[in-house]
Amino acid sequence: MTVIDETAGALAPAAPAAPLLDVRDLHVEFRTRDGVAKAVNGVNYSVNAGETLAVLGESGSGKSVTAQAIMGILDMPPGRITSGEILFHGKDMLTMSGEERRKIRGRKIAMIFQDALSALNPVLSVGYQLGEMFRVHQGMSRKQAKLKAIELMDRVRIPAAKERVNDYPHQFSGGMRQRIMIAMALALEPDLIIADEPTTALDVTVQAQVMDLLAELQREFTMGLILITHDLGVVADVADKIAVMYAGRIVETAPVHEIYRRPAHPYTKGLLQSIPRLDRKGQELYAIKGLPPNLTRIPSGCAFNPRCPMAQDVCRTDVPVLHQVGPGRGSACHFWKETLGD
Amino acid sequence: MGRYVIRRLLQMVPVFIGTTFLIFVMVYALGDPVAAMFGDRAPDPATAAQIRHDLYLDHPLPLQYLHYMGQIFTGNFGKAATGQPVTELMGTAFPVTLRLTIVAFAIEAIAGIGLGLLAGLRRGRFADSGVLAFTLLVVAIPTFVTGYLLQYFVGVKWGLANPAVADGAPFSDLILPGVVLAGVSLAYVARLTRTSVAENSRADYLRTAVAKGLPRRRVVTVHLLRNSLIPVVTFLGTDIGGLMAGAVVTERIFNIHGVGYQLYQGILRQNPPTVVGFVTILVLIFLAANLLVDLLYAVLDPRIRYA
Repeated sequence: MTVIDETAGALAPAAPAAPLLDVRDLHVEFRTRDGVAKAVNGVNYSVNAGETLAVLGESGSGKSVTAQAIMGILDMPPGRITSGEILFHGKDMLTMSGEERRKIRGRKIAMIFQDALSALNPVLSVGYQLGEMFRVHQGMSRKQAKLKAIELMDRVRIPAAKERVNDYPHQFSGGMRQRIMIAMALALEPDLIIADEPTTALDVTVQAQVMDLLAELQREFTMGLILITHDLGVVADVADKIAVMYAGRIVETAPVHEIYRRPAHPYTKGLLQSIPRLDRKGQELYAIKGLPPNLTRIPSGCAFNPRCPMAQDVCRTDVPVLHQVGPGRGSACHFWKETLGD
Repeated sequence: MGRYVIRRLLQMVPVFIGTTFLIFVMVYALGDPVAAMFGDRAPDPATAAQIRHDLYLDHPLPLQYLHYMGQIFTGNFGKAATGQPVTELMGTAFPVTLRLTIVAFAIEAIAGIGLGLLAGLRRGRFADSGVLAFTLLVVAIPTFVTGYLLQYFVGVKWGLANPAVADGAPFSDLILPGVVLAGVSLAYVARLTRTSVAENSRADYLRTAVAKGLPRRRVVTVHLLRNSLIPVVTFLGTDIGGLMAGAVVTERIFNIHGVGYQLYQGILRQNPPTVVGFVTILVLIFLAANLLVDLLYAVLDPRIRYA
């Protein structure tokens, strides 16, 4: 598999020579009762400081597993990183000691989870949970940490932060809880934030507010952001580049606007066509036929071939490499030219 | 909160009346305390009638119960078979049993939670299976068997501890009986903790705690254990009453002159005031422990609100 050409760096002018995070040929598998599930099969992507990478894919496409591997919170066992490198500031995190990695977590790389209600500890006050970051990583006293927690809550625009700092997660609304998750990730001003479906559990109106807040804070701190989502609408507004994942591989990667205009992979095309549109009101909604593959039995050749309208014999035998399609664009399709063309 | 406590206290009244009435009926209705006083000889009918009158036994049972309750509330628990006031027996027996309970409770809580945490963190591995097998064994063997075995081996054969408890029940003598008394509860605590830890260690907030870069020790103690102990604390609280009342067998084996011993004597000599008096106090302890646990629940889990 070819490594993606880093011309996408042109989108973020201030980007240093080495990317902030560089995932190289990552393979992750899970041992299950039904056999070995190959969740991630050679993922390559990179993020620069101040840049937003959106990772798009269905459930089970390996987008969250990749994030967990970066974060070092993969359940091992049953999970296992079989090969690959995860370079952070040019250093491979997979060869670091447990203690070295722990010091990066929260401090240099932070994560925002999907469902803040279950991701926050129900029996500890939000002030305690926010303050814990400062107490553990910076050795602050309880009192100082609480002041910092209030400051953080103000920063993510939670009203009456001072009065609410001792409240518990269940006493906040969904949007406010997600703001607390964001505040927690921002606490130590990390270089990279991984947001795993940060708005999926929220109302549509609140989704926009939370996304805007996240984008604004990211600009302010010039952090790198990996936005994991299956919501194409969210992606268009905030992402710089997109990586589309299918069955543990990146099938297409592109700067954000080009992918909407001219997808170079039949899967991406299918995804875009299945968005409901006002001008097609009354017509049947397009859906990609079939189901995502069982990860213990990924089809040979291109994993998408059983569902692909363009599949030929070669798709069933040869795994397509990520072809360079344009500047900063790649498509893992044997027929990318045809896909782009029509 | 205040209203909740008042409501709970009011709810205790019928429970208290119900349990004491049951005990009262069972003890007074099912035996003849006057006949028991005279042992093998048949009492002189006139004397028996006089005693019955003195002890208020010539009235219908519900009236007897009311009379008895009235006496209790003035602090008069009646006299034991030896002629001592029952309150005097209580004064010596409860402190001893309380000491035994404290020792047993500490063993139960520390060893039970420790074993449960170990098993829960190492699910499916050797330590887990080991704890599981151990708890099964402890639950399956009756207390009088473990009691006598430990007394014989640890106390007599190896001489590691005193096989019987000396007067005044010093804590050093109470460790062995404490282990025996705590045994079964300890096994339950271990299993409960294991299940709770295993369940919570898959929770999302635990993944968050790891993602925050917290040291493993902190993840386990602050985030995992804090949540996992909620059901365990409930069990421990209700078990205090059980430990105090359940010491009959243990106290007999180790010759401890506590509540269990006095109850046993009371039953043996068919002396109603002793049995009913002690049980009444145990019921009160049980009810108080339960209320305390319910209040503690709200402290441990802020999602619980009392209205």
